Amino acid sequence: MVLQSSLKNCFQLSCVLRTPRAGFKGTSNGGLILQSVSNDVYQNLAVEDWIHDHMNLENQQVLFLWRNSPAVVIGRHQNPWQECNLKLMRQKSIKLARRRSGGGTVYHDLGNINLTFFTTRKKYERMENLKLVVKALKALCPQLDVHVTDRYDILLDRHYKISGTAAKLGRTTAYHHCTLLCNADKFVLSSVLKSPYKGLKSNATPSVPSSVKNLFEEDPALTCEMLLEAIAAEYAMRHQIDHHITLINPADETVLPGINNKTQELQTWEWVYGKTPKFSISTYFNMVYKDSVLDVKVDMDVKHGRIEVCNIDVPEQWLPPALCNELVKNLTGSKFSPNEITTLATTLLRTCPQDDELHNKWNLLCENMRMLM
Amino acid sequence: AFSVREARASARTAGVCVHHVRSCSSIQFIKSKYVCLFDKSALKFSHQQRLFRTSAVSCGQIVQFKLSDIGEGITEVTVKEWYIKEGDSVSQFDSICEVQSDKASVTITSRYDGIIRKLHYNLDEIAYVGKPLVDIEIDASKGVAPEEDVVETPAMSHEEHTHQEIKGHKTLATPAVRRLAMENNIKLSEVVGTGKDNRILKEDILNYLAKQTGAILPPSPKAEIIPPLPKSETVPAAPKDKARKIPVPVSRPIAFSGKDKTEAITGFHKAMVKTMSAALKIPHFGYCDEIDLTQLIQLREELKPLAQTRGVKLSFMPFFIKAASLGLLQYPILNASLDESCQNITYKASHNIGVAMDTEQGLIVPNVKNVQVCSVFEIASELNRLQSLGSAGQLGTNDLTGGTFTLSNIGTIGGTYTKPVILPPEVAIGALGKIQVLPRFNGKGEVFKAQIMNVSWSADHRIIDGATMARFSNLWKSYLENPASMLLDLK
Repeated sequence: MVLQSSLKNCFQLSCVLRTPRAGFKGTSNGGLILQSVSNDVYQNLAVEDWIHDHMNLENQQVLFLWRNSPAVVIGRHQNPWQECNLKLMRQKSIKLARRRSGGGTVYHDLGNINLTFFTTRKKYERMENLKLVVKALKALCPQLDVHVTDRYDILLDRHYKISGTAAKLGRTTAYHHCTLLCNADKFVLSSVLKSPYKGLKSNATPSVPSSVKNLFEEDPALTCEMLLEAIAAEYAMRHQIDHHITLINPADETVLPGINNKTQELQTWEWVYGKTPKFSISTYFNMVYKDSVLDVKVDMDVKHGRIEVCNIDVPEQWLPPALCNELVKNLTGSKFSPNEITTLATTLLRTCPQDDELHNKWNLLCENMRMLM
Repeated sequence: AFSVREARASARTAGVCVHHVRSCSSIQFIKSKYVCLFDKSALKFSHQQRLFRTSAVSCGQIVQFKLSDIGEGITEVTVKEWYIKEGDSVSQFDSICEVQSDKASVTITSRYDGIIRKLHYNLDEIAYVGKPLVDIEIDASKGVAPEEDVVETPAMSHEEHTHQEIKGHKTLATPAVRRLAMENNIKLSEVVGTGKDNRILKEDILNYLAKQTGAILPPSPKAEIIPPLPKSETVPAAPKDKARKIPVPVSRPIAFSGKDKTEAITGFHKAMVKTMSAALKIPHFGYCDEIDLTQLIQLREELKPLAQTRGVKLSFMPFFIKAASLGLLQYPILNASLDESCQNITYKASHNIGVAMDTEQGLIVPNVKNVQVCSVFEIASELNRLQSLGSAGQLGTNDLTGGTFTLSNIGTIGGTYTKPVILPPEVAIGALGKIQVLPRFNGKGEVFKAQIMNVSWSADHRIIDGATMARFSNLWKSYLENPASMLLDLK
């Protein structure tokens, strides 16, 4: 049974986190299996941060099991505009998170499980971890054709990706985490992981798209709980520890002091969008106004998620250049965000000449600019 | 500021350890050197030795900090982010940069205290393991700078910065600081660290000691040489005399590391600055009054469940907004706009009533369109839509433009009377305070419990006079104090 009584476990956990395991000496490792009670991607990423920063992993390794409600998670050095359909995500209330590890973009929902292997830097070894997962899968379902590639992906039937990997190395500790598709919504996955934004140029780490498949499709009896259970059992065997999963509440400050600050930080605009490596946009769009079609060319440089340089080319006779310059001037330095441009542009309108036609044109231009973000 | 560093001896030199005291100009501190013997068992020597020069080197020795082994046989990485720039000072353990290799993101931290003199790579360049990453200038006038082996294995890095796990936290302290604590029988867990990441610094130990005995004590007699303390900080009693004398107040320097922070005003806030500056040009005049909402509160209580069955949350605002629109029908000049040259007034046909909303971004004012043809329920429904879009940061251009008159319900946060600022190109605005239960007299001279809300109007005095504002306010007030009267004038 995966679920234990959570109260008892939280107390046990606080004891475990406080005192190092004196009993485990020498080369054999102690181990700890933790499972999050939360489905909030920011809270769970914060737990990873916390364990990475605060736990002493000299004598024990930790396996952290977690699942999230719908979210897109980009790698540390990626560009969300390049990786996913932000507009669609906003409509569907799918969260965007940036993790601290490298690698590519993934879609999480409750049909996907996440595994994080914490070790000291010395013992950082991704292949071993993934082989453990494959072993657990085969024990659960012997007919599964799963194997680990040299890119640290796990493939099903030699072709479909069911797991992606990323890692974070700090001064003394490291973690390797990976996803595992059990029963995720493939339709939503493919639609949100397709970027509609054109004309982007950046050095951000690009994702490598792959065909995916759910394990559920191979064996309809499989559930996320079963997978978690199997992997935990394999891990317990490997590290010669009790097969005991400790539940952890990512909102509990007493067990994880400072965790709420970490959770908050992961949700700030400065982290999620502001950490995007410098990029440029060079694109155009057509606007239909009354009986004519206008071409507008836009060039922007975006650094730290803010518009550093902006150039909008609108036919002179359509909108007074002075107004256009006013927009450009105000966009410079502003966040590259649709909400920012909307509130900025509508506020500027208050101090523009009061002319309905002018207002309509202005709003049309701003609506189109907004689509770029 | 330089922090304490410990230089390790080679096995030949009989376990001599050289400590250097942190000296910082803001904290008048001792600048001294002391040497002590230590047990070899206290330190774990690795078989990889590190050499050091004992001869004094002229100040500012540049050390090349090489990129250490990442593991898994990786030889090259891409530099993704620099956390420091040339000229910055760094302490041991500070993050220097973030590098990426094959889906792994690695934080590289400094091994030394000093000043960054050179970055060997630009962003997105490939960096090589074992080759110099940055040049750090260490103040060698303090002593020696060990030359490191080319490839540092994690075993060595563990040795160098030992941690003490206390209550599940790692207490960061350099070996020299730990030694000082140990010598003075101080538990690191009881000391408040003021360094980066709550690191315990030497000053923290000494401050802790000062608190205990009211004086700065030298280390215990285990040390071979007792450091000479500057006269101003010396306690009159001899160091070995543990008798409690009258504590001499030690001038503890107030260590406040806060700094002013300047940020540019950008985007939406910049636009607001422009709007408010334009608003300043409008001659505002204010008019305030109090409204007895007792009857309205009762009415709303009755209607709330009905609205709920239709999926709409009913607050007071829809009533305030509808009453305002009914008032504007009688006093259309309040729903007008003055052109830039102040030559023409445009009476707006639609009552697009703006509702000030406090969002994460700041003050946003979406408006409900054509209130003059909307029912109270329709207004409530529209408000719900605008509120949820507002909190999600997804309001559209249409929702945010075209407003003709504004109401601000600042009372939900607090306050009674305020002086609201008109939002151009409008000419009037009303701010509603909080609802308070207050005693009032009725017609018979009896005291009764009344639910009072204050309203503060501001209007453009160039085209609106006091009488107009007062009459509008009275009409609005009468609709709200006696909601049934609204029925007579509803279209």
